[in-house]
Amino acid sequence: MLLQIKNLHVSINGREILKGVNLEVNKGEVHAIMGPNGTGKSTLAAVIAGKEGYEITQGEILYNGKDIQEMAAEVRAQEGIFLGFQYPVEIPGVSMTNFMRTAINEIRKYHGEEPMSAKEFLARMAEKKDLVEITSKLTNRSVNEGFSGGEKKKNEIFQMAMLEPQLAILDETDSGLDIDALRIVANGVNKLKTNENATVVITHYQRLLDYIVPDFVHVLFEGKVVLSGGKELALELEEKGYDWIKNNTER
Amino acid sequence: MSTEMNSIPALKSIPKWYKTILAKEGRAFAGLQNLRSVALDDFNRLGFPHKKLEKWRNTDPKTALSFDYSMATDDLRMPEILNEVFECEVHELDSFIINLYKGRFVYKDNPIYTLENGVIVGSLSAAFEVYPDLVNKHFGKYAITEKNAFQALNTALFLDGLFVYVPKNVAFSKPLQLINAVGTTEDVFVQNRNLIILEPGSELTLIQCDDSYNYKRSLTNSVTEIVLGANASLDHYRLQNINNNSTLISSLAIEQECDSRLSSNSIILNGGLIRNETYTKLNGTGAHADVLGVYLADKNQHIDNQVFIDHAMPNCTSNEQFKGILDDYARAVFNGHILVRKDAQKTEAFQNNANIILTDKAMINSKPFLEIYADDVKCSHGATVGQLDDSALFYIRQRGISEDNARMLLMYAFAAEVTSEIRIDSLRDRIEDMVKKRLRGELSICDQCVLQCSSPEKYNFEIDMSKI
Ligand SMILES: Nc1ncnc2c1ncn2[C@@H]1O[C@H](COP(=O)(O)OP(=O)(O)OP(=O)(O)O)[C@@H](O)[C@H]1O
Ligand SMILES: [Mg+2]
Repeated sequence: MLLQIKNLHVSINGREILKGVNLEVNKGEVHAIMGPNGTGKSTLAAVIAGKEGYEITQGEILYNGKDIQEMAAEVRAQEGIFLGFQYPVEIPGVSMTNFMRTAINEIRKYHGEEPMSAKEFLARMAEKKDLVEITSKLTNRSVNEGFSGGEKKKNEIFQMAMLEPQLAILDETDSGLDIDALRIVANGVNKLKTNENATVVITHYQRLLDYIVPDFVHVLFEGKVVLSGGKELALELEEKGYDWIKNNTER
Repeated sequence: MSTEMNSIPALKSIPKWYKTILAKEGRAFAGLQNLRSVALDDFNRLGFPHKKLEKWRNTDPKTALSFDYSMATDDLRMPEILNEVFECEVHELDSFIINLYKGRFVYKDNPIYTLENGVIVGSLSAAFEVYPDLVNKHFGKYAITEKNAFQALNTALFLDGLFVYVPKNVAFSKPLQLINAVGTTEDVFVQNRNLIILEPGSELTLIQCDDSYNYKRSLTNSVTEIVLGANASLDHYRLQNINNNSTLISSLAIEQECDSRLSSNSIILNGGLIRNETYTKLNGTGAHADVLGVYLADKNQHIDNQVFIDHAMPNCTSNEQFKGILDDYARAVFNGHILVRKDAQKTEAFQNNANIILTDKAMINSKPFLEIYADDVKCSHGATVGQLDDSALFYIRQRGISEDNARMLLMYAFAAEVTSEIRIDSLRDRIEDMVKKRLRGELSICDQCVLQCSSPEKYNFEIDMSKI
């Protein structure tokens, strides 16, 4: 199993946000997590990625069978966890190219590999830029600086493509994208899919799941996964709304 | 002078030095001796600066003045070590190197010589004898002694320094690199004086390097007067990398005529106490001044930048940008004063000082100040102090970059806004290397000069991809 989350309880400043989340992701699978605003989806993603400032009061996060709670964010990334941010951060003065080259080489170093040659790196850049249909105009700029909302989201997928993670968590990568961009992003994700990796997409829209077809859909509600099912669950959810969940869980 | 002032050890030998210097100077120095005498009076009236003065409120020179320094007033003999020091070169930087030892011009045969297209380079002291008209026309006209004690002391006591003359419409082909070595003796007081004359339409690149070659204590009081004739252009750099026991007071007094362009960039990598004063007077319409700086300080270091831009004529522009990163107990001062005189309509003047403070003990006193008497002007100023951005740090680390390197990357990017303005490619690469090393705490004594001969370091992250 790639990722196993058991009874995860997480608080921020004493307020409990995640209240016993259970989730299992295997290699080769695509999972979708849906749920109303403020329910803890981004919190879950950030905790898996190792962001500081969260208190895990109970439970476990196992990645490739290892408990990663004590692992620094960069080590988790080096181990293959990628987070596509809901709100990508602008970093003036750091060029996209340098950023990616540094990241790739640090990951390689972690695995005891030699730095990637400039030639190989440029070839990979060119290939992945094509994949997400991103232009050199963007990659020559500072990380996300002055990028439009949609460009930032595409850039997340570009980075994912460059780093080839084992587990990618994409937090609302579809929001703010026009129809074409949505298709490009979904297409990128699908092309990167192998039997060895897995993707977790967090989304509000069933529409994305027409493009990225999930094996499982989970509904996160008030800090818990209250419902899991196949891709048809997304359709049902879209049709019936969250009140349906509310009534269901209250029952 | 108060009795309190008399007890300052650094004052002790001043009368003796003054006498020795006057006795050495021949007839060619009569004009200078008048200036020296006025300057000494000014200094005696002003005394050394202290914390009670507004301009020195946040920089206390007391410790630096608490030693009975020595000053080499006898004839200059090059110590052995200098041969070694001056041997190294930055190979990629094709510059014309001038060596100053204890502030004085070092030469083999001629103290002053003429280069291509009538460019004159040499010892200032020799210039007083060989080109008296040229020197007297400009010397002491831009540095003020009535109000500035260090400049007054410099005029009274300087022995020598660099003289440069670039004739009309001549562009000097190579960067002129001035390397100032303080030397090997303990507790030296260096009074260095330079005069740079750019005739109308001329161009020059000048790099002023202040380096230490050991950990000996010193006090350097350097004054550089520069005049830019109409449409002349000067690309100027100060590279400062001195040991933590040393004090450097470095003043630039500049006057700019019509349509002249000044770019002055101070890169301050290390120093016990550094105070840079930059005065430029925009004295002709259409003149432009870029005054930039970046300072990196840690431990108990103290870095003070004072910039005064005098917009005296209409249609001039100035742009001031200083950025600093402070660690440990380091302290920095920024004082940017823009004066827009009544006639200086259509002035555009921008000023900014941004700081990153890495500990809660580090401190910055930033005072951007606009004084405007004209009504049709565009001016702005600002100062910021902040920490490294946590969300940016997490974003970078999430891509697999270690925390140390993530911090480095952010700090480097912050400083790069200034260092990227360096126009000489090889110099920019060198400086950016040094900034990286400095940020990682790896700047060793061997790196303490831009002459550093070792091969460029390999980094585990690349900065400039345009080169591959
Ligand atoms: N740093 C924080 N400090 C305090 N509260 C926080 C913090 N981060 C998140 N929260 C709170 O935790 C709850 C869950 O937030 P989270 O961002 O995980 O929701 P979400 O499910 O991703 O919502 P959305 O669909 O709007 O993106 C919210 O009530 C939010 O206000
Ligand atoms: Mg969210």
